[in-house]
Amino acid sequence: METLAWGLLDLLLIAALLALAWGALSGKNLQRAVVHFIGFGLLLALIWLRLRAPDIALAEAAIGAGLTGALLLAALRDTPREVVSGADQPGDAKAANSFGVAAGLALLSGGLVVLLAMAYLQALEQADPVRLAQQIQIHLEQTGVSNPVTAVLLNFRAYDTLLELAVLMAAVLGIMALGPARAAYLASGTMLSGLSRWLTPILILVSGYLLWVGAHAPGGAFQAGALLAGAGVLLRLAGFPDQQIPPATVLRSLIITGVSLFLAVGLGVMLAGRGFLDYPPAWAGGLILLIETAATLGIATTLVLAFLGGAPPQWTGLHGSGPAAGEPNS
Amino acid sequence: MIDAQLVYGLAGILLFSMGLRSAFSSTALLRRVLAINVAGAGLFLLLIAVAYRGLDKAPDPLPHALVLTGIVVAFSATALALALGRRLQETSDDE
Amino acid sequence: MSELLAAALIIIGLIFFIAGSIGLLRLPDIYSRLHALTKADNVGLGLLVIGLLLLADDLFIALKLLLVWLLVLASSATSAHLIAQRARRRERGLWKP
Repeated sequence: METLAWGLLDLLLIAALLALAWGALSGKNLQRAVVHFIGFGLLLALIWLRLRAPDIALAEAAIGAGLTGALLLAALRDTPREVVSGADQPGDAKAANSFGVAAGLALLSGGLVVLLAMAYLQALEQADPVRLAQQIQIHLEQTGVSNPVTAVLLNFRAYDTLLELAVLMAAVLGIMALGPARAAYLASGTMLSGLSRWLTPILILVSGYLLWVGAHAPGGAFQAGALLAGAGVLLRLAGFPDQQIPPATVLRSLIITGVSLFLAVGLGVMLAGRGFLDYPPAWAGGLILLIETAATLGIATTLVLAFLGGAPPQWTGLHGSGPAAGEPNS
Repeated sequence: MIDAQLVYGLAGILLFSMGLRSAFSSTALLRRVLAINVAGAGLFLLLIAVAYRGLDKAPDPLPHALVLTGIVVAFSATALALALGRRLQETSDDE
Repeated sequence: MSELLAAALIIIGLIFFIAGSIGLLRLPDIYSRLHALTKADNVGLGLLVIGLLLLADDLFIALKLLLVWLLVLASSATSAHLIAQRARRRERGLWKP
């Protein structure tokens, strides 16, 4: 009876997920597609909870649905009206491709599904499901944290996380090199600015809480950074004047803080005679917290700058005073 | 009754191929970005389904870490793609 | 006993959610839809939170649940106001998208 209920829930969730994905990918109106995608992200966060992945659920709700949704809605503003409503497509959007191309694509994607499904079924039967998970469980006490996901991210595979922070930094440098930021928003009315005045301190507090609790419960640097970025995006949307963006010197240090502190810890540990990023077990907890704090600040700055879509006007010397550089319009 | 690992993995595969097909067959940049994001979400679903061990056993944390990294990187890639698109639009408008 | 009461409250909360969703689908214009959705969903969430409070293990979890409720209340009220304001301005022709 209970497994039947869970099975029904799974089928319902997957059906809704596929329907939302279909809504995001089909149809001509792009605005409708973006809204479907935001719903898709939220439902996906629910599915992560069902699959016992609460850290992923936090990150998906904050980044995958929240920040990506805000980014896509801001990008809709830049897209010309005809493209948004799909009016520039000849008749039916599907008819834009010739029949041969459409048939070929359908065949390819159908074949891909079949092949991947076969490989997946085979892997489920043959693979030994324990191996690495058991190793992680055995060595968990030496990592300094008790949340296994944090242990994997910041101790066992700390090198990958360092490279990921470097990828974020590279992406934001590319975004800032491409042009000035999106136009700022007008100062909003009492409701939104009042809400953001109250919400920003709460978000900062909850972000600090998530950072701290990531050592022994679902949470960690990525979720905390995403919450801080959400606060930054909210302040931007509420149209507070540009003094909210820190000056260029502070911005520069914030962007590099995650990667540089991570590198410093890794190299510093080498000075003590151990390998790169091989923390001594007695210090591991403190070092991980230090790295996570710097990573939170770096991730938050990166995500907010990615939402801004370019170099903010404080980034002097790069784009001068372009017409859209931070000037508010509708 | 229904193996959650199997069902969610197949759903992930479906999402991946839906997203990939839409990325190739659409013309608007925003739609392609959405399609790549949906394909990425399908991959994440596959990974988390592989990591699932049932309602009472703890899941495998290694794919969780991979997906966490992937979510953040996917967002930054989306942001970069949209910034590139905006720049291309401005350049083509100036011509 | 408290589990039964919690289950009953959660189910009643879910009924309110369903009512809000039916209102979203069936009501004619944006204002009535916003009205139904915001009010019904907030009451539904409130009942859900009260039901979960009965099941909470310690005070910290109960306080977190209350914080969630307050945050959703504040943000849904604000976003409903913003949507209604935009719809009003668009009707009056003041909206320049």
